[in-house]
Amino acid sequence: MRVNMSVNGVEVSDEIEPRLLLVHFLRENLRLTGTHWGCDTSNCGTCTVLMDGMPVKSCTVLAAMASGSQITTVEGLGANGELDPVQQGFIEMHGLQCGFCTSGMMLSARWLLDHNPNPSEKEIREAISGQICRCTGYENIVRSIKWAAAHSQNSGVQQGVEA
Amino acid sequence: MQVPAPFDYKRASTLAEAIALLRECGPDSRVIAGGHSLLPMMKLRLARPEVLIDINHLSELDYIKVDGNTLKIGAMVRHVTLQKSHLAAEYYPIFAEAEEQIADPLVRNRGTVGGSLCQADPAEDLSAVFSALKADILIAGSYGTRKLPISEFHTGPYTTALNPDEILTEIDVPLRSNTGSAYEKVERRVGDWAIAAVGTMVRVDDGLISEAGIGLTAVRADHFRAKEAEDSLLGRSPSTEAIAEAASLAARHCNPFADQRGPEDYKRHLVEELAKRALSRALNRSLPEVH
Ligand SMILES: Cc1cc2nc3c(=O)[nH]c(=O)nc-3n(C[C@H](O)[C@H](O)[C@H](O)COP(=O)(O)OP(=O)(O)OC[C@H]3O[C@@H](n4cnc5c(N)ncnc54)[C@H](O)[C@@H]3O)c2cc1C
Ligand code: FES
Ligand code: FES
Repeated sequence: MRVNMSVNGVEVSDEIEPRLLLVHFLRENLRLTGTHWGCDTSNCGTCTVLMDGMPVKSCTVLAAMASGSQITTVEGLGANGELDPVQQGFIEMHGLQCGFCTSGMMLSARWLLDHNPNPSEKEIREAISGQICRCTGYENIVRSIKWAAAHSQNSGVQQGVEA
Repeated sequence: MQVPAPFDYKRASTLAEAIALLRECGPDSRVIAGGHSLLPMMKLRLARPEVLIDINHLSELDYIKVDGNTLKIGAMVRHVTLQKSHLAAEYYPIFAEAEEQIADPLVRNRGTVGGSLCQADPAEDLSAVFSALKADILIAGSYGTRKLPISEFHTGPYTTALNPDEILTEIDVPLRSNTGSAYEKVERRVGDWAIAAVGTMVRVDDGLISEAGIGLTAVRADHFRAKEAEDSLLGRSPSTEAIAEAASLAARHCNPFADQRGPEDYKRHLVEELAKRALSRALNRSLPEVH
């Protein structure tokens, strides 16, 4: 079957098997390997992308179901050669070690700051609570997102509006 | 890599189209809503539909509204929408309390109210919530529509009264005056299913309890319900003794079993304690002053 969607603002179209998961469509068909794929059981959240502005686990969405949607992956963060404040925050505050969870964490962080520019620590922890990090103990991830909140003018995401 | 077995994918854009597709494609077809129960099961080959009918574009089933004396919740309402709904919370705080403990924020962005009820997982939180609220389930099929009380909807673990060509369209909750509701859940960690959870609804008229609903999940209660405990409250004045008696009945009349989430006696203990807390909170909320 044919799917069409906008990925990081670029229209893509491809012939796929209906059983192809969105995470594999992004990684294998589009070669956007920034989206990671971990547990396969809908638990770890490393595969998080924004679908029509909402963070979702892309291992639990069929590419077919995403047809017609707008998808933002980590490759879509930042614009005009500049890092998104969230990306800069993860650098400044050492928000990653192995980096496996990082792209998903940054997309949830971007979504949070787009809807709540000044989140409390509790709100940050709640927003990333569906994602597992085996390295940092979360402390530096929270600091990174706080850094981004303090240094944000506006979003680096081209799309992603939600009621 | 876990991948579902091959299937055909069809997207419905209206309820009528979805029902027609279900009929045309036969019993090996299934609707897919949020997909957060069905896709994990398909990856494990615990489910192997030949055709998936995507109902995510049925915006006609995505609403929360009050119509007369009824709160109506469409089947395609996502968990996050119910969690944040001021309208639902205004009448029944149990919704926000339960929803913020269901899965995690990412799952709640996709999973739907209808999908939760149809999945009929023995640990599903909304089954306990709607049992406590004594909701009605609206169903549409090729012959027309029908309505069932929630107590007749679940027929066992992972099974419901739905026929293969039927779709759950709406959940109706009667609005009640002088009524409070609450939800209490204990889980091992954020995002996990309940070890045990209790939902309550209590109505107090002229100082006496006139209606009570107690829903239990993850402890194998018949129809997610603690009927003996509910009955024990009727006609009583709200008191610590009445609450304690009902909580103890709820703990006795469920059938938890030991698993990785804990031994049986621990789960019974949880039911009793959570029932006490959820009943007290619901009773406090039933007072007209506390709105
Ligand atoms: C990591 C994780 C943690 C979770 N934790 C919890 C938890 O703590 N508590 C909890 O209650 N749930 C939990 N869930 C389940 C979650 O609530 C699911 O979203 C829900 O069970 C199913 O909703 P869905 O829309 O995704 O249904 P789907 O997966 O799309 O469908 C489930 C089943 O229902 C059928 N169906 C769906 N909609 C309809 C309809 N309108 N009419 C007829 N049939 C229909 C489908 O054919 C399928 O058989 C968890 C899920 C995950 C992945
Ligand atoms: S790979 Fe998607 S949740 Fe783990
Ligand atoms: S940095 Fe290694 S999993 Fe988070």
